Amino acid sequence: MLEGIMLGLETAFTFQNLLLVVAGCLIGTLIGMLPGLGPMSIIAIMIPVAINIGDPAAALILLAGVYYGAIFGGSTSSILINAPGVAGTVATAFDGYPLARQGKAGKALTIAAISSFSGGTIGAILLLIFAPALSSVALLFHSAEYFALMIVGLSAIAAFAGTGQVAKALMMTVAGLMLATVGESALFNAPRFTMGISDLQSGFSFVTLAMALFALPEALFLILDPKRGEATSNSEAIKDLRITREEAKKIAPVIARQSIQGFLIGVMPGAGATIASFLGYAVERNIAKGEEQEEFGKGSIKGLAAPEAANNAACTGSFVPLLTLGIPGSGTTAILLGALVALNVNPGPRLMIDNPSIFWAVIISMYIGNFVLLILNLPLIPYIAKLLTIPRNYLIPFILFFTMIGAYIGQNNATELLLLIGLGIAATILRFADYPLAPLLIGFILGGMMENNFARAVNLTDGISFMYERPMTLALLVIGALLIIVPACRKRLSKIRKGGIADGD
Amino acid sequence: MALDKWIPVFFLLISIVYGYASYTYPLLPFEKNMSFLPNTMPLVLSVLGIILSGILLFSSKVVPSDGSGGDDIDLNRLGDYKLNQGALILAAMIAYALLLRPLGFIPSTILFLIGCSWVLGERKLHIMISVASIGAVSIWYLVQEVLGIFLKPLPWFMG
Repeated sequence: MLEGIMLGLETAFTFQNLLLVVAGCLIGTLIGMLPGLGPMSIIAIMIPVAINIGDPAAALILLAGVYYGAIFGGSTSSILINAPGVAGTVATAFDGYPLARQGKAGKALTIAAISSFSGGTIGAILLLIFAPALSSVALLFHSAEYFALMIVGLSAIAAFAGTGQVAKALMMTVAGLMLATVGESALFNAPRFTMGISDLQSGFSFVTLAMALFALPEALFLILDPKRGEATSNSEAIKDLRITREEAKKIAPVIARQSIQGFLIGVMPGAGATIASFLGYAVERNIAKGEEQEEFGKGSIKGLAAPEAANNAACTGSFVPLLTLGIPGSGTTAILLGALVALNVNPGPRLMIDNPSIFWAVIISMYIGNFVLLILNLPLIPYIAKLLTIPRNYLIPFILFFTMIGAYIGQNNATELLLLIGLGIAATILRFADYPLAPLLIGFILGGMMENNFARAVNLTDGISFMYERPMTLALLVIGALLIIVPACRKRLSKIRKGGIADGD
Repeated sequence: MALDKWIPVFFLLISIVYGYASYTYPLLPFEKNMSFLPNTMPLVLSVLGIILSGILLFSSKVVPSDGSGGDDIDLNRLGDYKLNQGALILAAMIAYALLLRPLGFIPSTILFLIGCSWVLGERKLHIMISVASIGAVSIWYLVQEVLGIFLKPLPWFMG
C-alpha cells in the first residue's frame, strides 16, 4: 500500500495536478453555491474541459476537486441564504441557517468547513484501507460475475430510491439501458436502432445525456419558479470565523461518529450523501440529551457538524464501488465513470493493476482537495458569497449557454443540441412526475458494459447456464432479486395490515 | 388522466415499439448462428419495460414525494409557474442550436444571451449587450485558444 501512496503522491504533487485540484475546488465552490445547481450539473458542465486535458488522472483529479468544492459551496448557500444548492446539504440548513440568523454565519461556516474536512479526511483514510482489499476480491470476477454484479448495482440503486419509487426507478433504469443500445457497439457489426439518423450512429453522447438530465431541468425550474433559489443575501454579516475550545470539544465526537457512519452509507450503491446527511442529523439528534436536543433546529452546532461530516465522508465512500468495481453508486459518480470511459480508462478491479497512478492519485488528491477547501476557500468565502448577488436575469442565460456549449463542443453538430433540448424537456416532465433521473444515467452508462459481459458469458457457456452453475453469479443474482422483492413485499404487507378487511373491496 | 398515468402509458408505447424493432431486427446471415444476438438484450429490455410500465400504470395509488430530494417541484403548483417564459426560453435555445453554425459562435451567442435576459425581464440594453459580448468573446477565446477546440467565430459571409 505504501508503494501505492508514494505513487499517488508523485502523480498528484505535480504542478499541473495541484493547480487542477485548486481550480476544481474553487470552480466547484463558486458554482455549487448557486442555488439549484448541484454537483451533478457542475460536473456535467466540466466534463468537456476534463476530457480535453487528455490525462485521465488529471481529469479525475479536476472532477473530484469540483465535486468536493460543489458540496462545500452547497453548504455555504444553505447556511447563508437557506437555499441548499445540493440535496446533500439540505440537512445543513436545519441548523446552519438559524446560526447565520443569529449573526454567527462566520462561526457556522467554520464549523461546516472543519466538519467537511474531517469527514473527507477520515473518509479518504478509510478508502485507502478498504479499496485495495475489495479490489483484490474483485479480481476473482469473470464476465458472468460482472454481469451479475451490475444487476446487483442497478437493483440496489432502485431499491434505495425510496418508498413507492422502486418501480419508477427500475423503469428509469430500463429506459437508460434501452438508450445505451442505440448506435454502434463493439460486439456487433451494424449500428442498432438509429432510426436512419446518421448522427445517432455512435449512439447518444454521454455528456449530452448528463446535461439534459441534470443541468437543463435545474435551469428550467429556475425560470419556471422565480422563488426557487431566491437570494435574500446577508453576506455582509460574515465576520469572526473562529470557534472556541469548548465548541470544538463538543463537535469532535459528533464528527468522528458521523464520518464513519457517512462513509459506510456512501459505500452502498444508491444511498449517497443525501441519505448520509439526513441519517447523520437524525442519529445525533436522538442521542443528544435534554437541552442539547432541544437546540437542534434552532442553531445547534452539533446539528450542523453532523450532516456536514456525514455528507463529505459519504462522497468519499461513494468512490469505493466506483474505483474498485466500476459500479457508480450515485448520479455524480456515474458521471465520473462516464468521463473515465471517455478517456479510455476502464474502472473496475483491474484499475489498480493497470492504472495504479490514477487510482492512488485520485485518493491522494481527495485529501489535497479537502485541505484546499479548508485553507483556501474558507478565508475567501465572504468574497465568493458576493456571487449570490448576481441577478438571475444574467445568471440563467449563462447557465443555459454553458449547458448547450458543453454538449456542442463534444460533437460539433447542431443535432446534438436539438437532442439535448428534447431530452431536457422529457427530463423536466419526468421530474415533475417525481421520477428519479440518476438511475436512467447509471443504466445508460452500465448498459454497454453489461451487454458485453452478458454476451461473453453466454458465448462461453453457450446459453444462460452460467446463471445457476457459477455459485458467485447465482449468489449475486439472488441478492439483486432480493433487493427489489423485499422492499416491495414489505410495502404490500404493511398496506394489507393497515387496510385490514376493507382491503378486500 | 394525470401526468402520473400518462408517463407509464408513454413508456408502454415506447417499450412496445422498441420490442417490435428488436424482434424484426435484420440479422446478418452469419449472425443467426451466434448464441448471443444483437437483439437478445433489447428483447429482454422491452419485456421488462412492458412489465414495469404495466405495474406503474395499474399500481393503486401514486405515493407523493417525501421531499427528501430537497426540491420543491410540485405539479399542483403548475399554474403558478412561469410557463410562458419557459416556452420562450426553449424557443430561444432551439433557435440558437439552428443558428450556431450559419451565424458563427460569437454573434449567435450574443443574440442568445441578450434574448434570454430580455425574456426574463431585463430591459437595460447597454448592460445586456456588454455582458453578452464580453461573455461570448471570452468563452470563445477560452474554448478555441486555451482548450484548442475549433469554434467558427463569425458568420458564413465573413469567412
